[in-house]
Amino acid sequence: MNPQRPETAAASAPANGWAIELEKINKRFGAVHANKDIDLKVQRGTIHGIVGENGAGKSTLMSILYGFYTADSGTIRVNGTQHAITDSRHALALGIGMVHQHFMLVDNFSVLENIVLGAEDSGFIKPSLDRARKELDRLEAEYDLEVDPDAIIEDISVGQQQRVEILKALYRGAETLILDEPTGVLTPKEADDLFRVLRTLREQGKTVILITHKLREIMAITDSVSVMRQGEMVATLETAATSPEEIAELMVGRRVLLQVDKGPANPGKTLLEVQNLVVADDMGVTRVKDVSFSVRAGEIIGIAGVSGNGQSELLESISGMRDQQAGNVLLNGQPLSLEGDDGAARARAAGLAHVPEDRQRMGLVTTFSEWENAILGYQDSPEYGAGALLDIGAAKQAAANHIKLFDVRPANIGLKTSLFSGGNQQKIVLAREMERDPDVLVIGQPTRGVDIGAIEFIHKEIIKMRDEGKAILLVSVELDEIRSLADRILVMFDGVIVGEADPATATEGELGLMMAGINNKTAPRGLGIAEQGPLP
Amino acid sequence: MDLAVILSILDATIRLSTPLLLACLAGMYSERAGLFDIGLEGKMLAAAFAAGAVAAISGSAWLGLMAGMVVSLGTSLLQGVAAISLKGNQLIAGVAINMLAAGMTTFLGQTWFHQGGRTPPLGEGGRFETITLPFANELAGVPILGPIYADLISGHYILVYIAFIMVAVTWFVLFRTRFGLRLRAVGENPKAVDTAGISVVKLRYQAVIITGLLCGLAGAYFSIAQGSGFGNNMTAGKGYIALAALIFAKWKPVPAMFTCLLFGFLDALQIRLQSAELFGIEVPVQAIQALPYVLTVVLLAGFIGKAVGPKAGGVPYTKER
Repeated sequence: MNPQRPETAAASAPANGWAIELEKINKRFGAVHANKDIDLKVQRGTIHGIVGENGAGKSTLMSILYGFYTADSGTIRVNGTQHAITDSRHALALGIGMVHQHFMLVDNFSVLENIVLGAEDSGFIKPSLDRARKELDRLEAEYDLEVDPDAIIEDISVGQQQRVEILKALYRGAETLILDEPTGVLTPKEADDLFRVLRTLREQGKTVILITHKLREIMAITDSVSVMRQGEMVATLETAATSPEEIAELMVGRRVLLQVDKGPANPGKTLLEVQNLVVADDMGVTRVKDVSFSVRAGEIIGIAGVSGNGQSELLESISGMRDQQAGNVLLNGQPLSLEGDDGAARARAAGLAHVPEDRQRMGLVTTFSEWENAILGYQDSPEYGAGALLDIGAAKQAAANHIKLFDVRPANIGLKTSLFSGGNQQKIVLAREMERDPDVLVIGQPTRGVDIGAIEFIHKEIIKMRDEGKAILLVSVELDEIRSLADRILVMFDGVIVGEADPATATEGELGLMMAGINNKTAPRGLGIAEQGPLP
Repeated sequence: MDLAVILSILDATIRLSTPLLLACLAGMYSERAGLFDIGLEGKMLAAAFAAGAVAAISGSAWLGLMAGMVVSLGTSLLQGVAAISLKGNQLIAGVAINMLAAGMTTFLGQTWFHQGGRTPPLGEGGRFETITLPFANELAGVPILGPIYADLISGHYILVYIAFIMVAVTWFVLFRTRFGLRLRAVGENPKAVDTAGISVVKLRYQAVIITGLLCGLAGAYFSIAQGSGFGNNMTAGKGYIALAALIFAKWKPVPAMFTCLLFGFLDALQIRLQSAELFGIEVPVQAIQALPYVLTVVLLAGFIGKAVGPKAGGVPYTKER
C-alpha cells in the first residue's frame, strides 16, 4: 500500500474520505471528444449518481476509471493515492468493480465459472471453484444476493445475471462498484431488489457509482449526483437539495417538460377493434389469451404490464408480424387479414402503422443508410418508384423531409442508422410511420433507451397524432409513460387484460397490484384473476 | 469374418484416424478460442513436406518431426497475425494458408529434389518405427484378448499413442485448468475476458501456437510415419475432414476422438472393399474411394443436429469502439 498523500487526505475531504477523485480527464475517439476536462469526486460509503443523455460521456468516463479505456490525459486518485490505471486487472486490484450495461458473462458457463474467470487462484480451477462456492455463500448471506452457483447463465433471468455481475465484483474485493444503466433491462420488481442490494452495500461501507438516465432512480437512491452533458461535467449536487426538473435542465441544457402537456381526449368512432385474440409464441405457448378491446379515433390506449406478459405477442399479432391462433382484428370496421408472411404489408396498406418494440432488430436495418430506412416497409409504394426500379430521388426527398420534421441529428440521410443515437433512431422510425398518415398507430416501447430531450419530443408527437383524430395503441413497460400519455389504461397479466384504469384517478399502487396479477377493486368482474391469489 | 480380419480393419482404423484426430484436436484449441480454422489442411501439408524433406536430408525421423512442427507453428502464427493482430477475415486467412501450402510444397519439392514435387524415399532411421508394447509377443497367444493387445493396441507409431494421449490431455486442459477456462471464455465472450483483466490477444496467440504444434504432429505422421516421404497433396483433404469431425463432435475432445475413429473406420473399410463385388458386379474403385467423403457429407448434413460453435468464433476482437 502506498502512503496516503497528506494534502489530499486533509484538504476539504469529508469525514469518510474520497473513494474516487478524477481530475481533468480527457478522452477522444477520433473526432469525438467524449470526455472534456472531467472532474469528479465520490465520497466513500455513498451512492453517487452520474446522469446525462445518451452520448454524454458517462460510460466512457467510467470505462476509464475501470481501466477498459485509457484516458488521453488527467489524473485518477483512489482512496487519496494517485494511480495510472492501465487495465481492468489494475482497477480490480485497487478495489474498483464494474457492472456493465451489457453483461460481461460467458453464457454457457455456470455462475461459479463466471465468478472465478480471471480471478483463479492457481493453474487448476478446482480449488478456485471450491473457494468461490464458500465465498459465495458468505456474500449471499451478507448482501442478500441469492443465486444458484451451478446454474448456467443462459438459463437464468436477466435480474439474476446482474446479481452474478455484482457478486463477481464483490468476489474480487471491490470496494467501489460502478453500475452502468443497471435497470434498463430489469422488471420493476427486479429493479426494486437491486436498489435494496445497493442500499445494503452502502450500509456495509461500499461506495456505489450509479450511471443512469432515469431521474426517478437518481432521486430514489443516490446521496449525490453529477450531471454530464456533451462530454462535460456540468454540476455535482446533493440529491436531497435538488429536484428532477433541475437535473433534467442541466442534462439537456434547456428547460424540459417532465410532465406531458395534453388536453382532454376527444374520442370519435372506433377505428381498431380486437376481438377474442389468441396468440402463441415461437415455442407454441399461448401468450395472448382471448383478448378483446377497441381503440377509438382521437384516443390513446396504453397497455401496461411487466414485460413478458403477452404484450409483445399482442403487438406483433396486430401488426401482422405473428400469426394468430383465433380471433379477429378489425380496422375501420373491416376485418384485417393478417395471416402469412405479407400480413405486415397488408396491415400497413390498410392504414395501420407499427413502431416495433425493438427498433434495432425490427424497426431498422441498422447497416443501411438513413434514407434507405426511411422507406423501409413502404418501398413498394408507387411514390418510391414503379416496377422493379426504385425512385431514389423521391426516397431521399422523403428522408430529408423526415429529418427536418423530426429534428433527427445528425441531419445526414447517407449515414448508416447504426451510427445514430437511440433517440434519433427512434425518431427515424416514428417519422417513417407517422408521416404516412395512418388511421391507427401501434407503438411498442416508444422511448426505451431514448434520452430525455427526445422523450419529450416523441411524447409531443404522439399527442399531436391523437389530436389529429388517429387511434393510438401504446405498449410500454414504463408505467410513468403509460400514465402520462394514455387516455385509458389496460393492464395485461399472463396474456389476459386483467383490468382497466383511468390514468387520472388510478394510483401507481393500484396499477402495480394489477400488473402483479393480484385482484383489485378496479378490475372489472368476470376476468378470472381471483385464483391468482396474493403474492407471498 | 473372423477375428483376424476384424482386427486388421480396426488396426487400419486406428492408423488412419490418427492424423485426423491430431488435426481435430489442433483445431479445437483455436476454435475454442474464437478463431475459425479452415487452414488445418494447409498447416498439415506444410508440416508433412518439412518433415519429409528434413528426414530425407538428415536421415533422422526426430529431426523431421521437429522441422514439421516448426514449419506448422510458423504457418499457424502467420495465420494468427492475419486473424488476431490485423483483424483480418479468418476464413480468408485460412484459405490463403491452404493455397500457400499447396503451392509452396510442390514448388520447393521440385526445386530441391527434382522428383516432381516428391521428397526422396526415406531410408532406415528417417522414418518412425512401430513400437511393440511390453509383453505384446508373450500375450499374443491368449485367446481373443491376446491378439487385441498384440495386434490392435501394440505395434503403432509413437505419434498414434501421442494422439490418443492428447485426447485426455486436451480434455483436462480445457475443462480442468485456468488456461482452459479462459480459452473457452475467450471463444464465447472475449469482452468478458477483457473486462476480467485478461489479454484476449495473448490467449488467442497461445491457442494458435498449440494448434500449430499439433498440426505439425499430424502433418509429420503422413510423410515420416504412415508414408515414407512426402508426395504431392499428401494430406488429400484430411484437414477439412478433421474440421468436419470437430463440428460433428461439437468441439468436445472425447466425441472428437470417436468421430475421428468413425471417419478412420470408413476409410479402412473403403480400402478393404476396393476389390469387393456387389451382386456379382465389381464396384468401381472410385465409388468406394469416395465413400468416406460421401458419408462425411451425409453425417454432417443429416445427423449432426444443431451444432452451435463458440459464439465469438470468426469475429476479430476490437476493444475501442
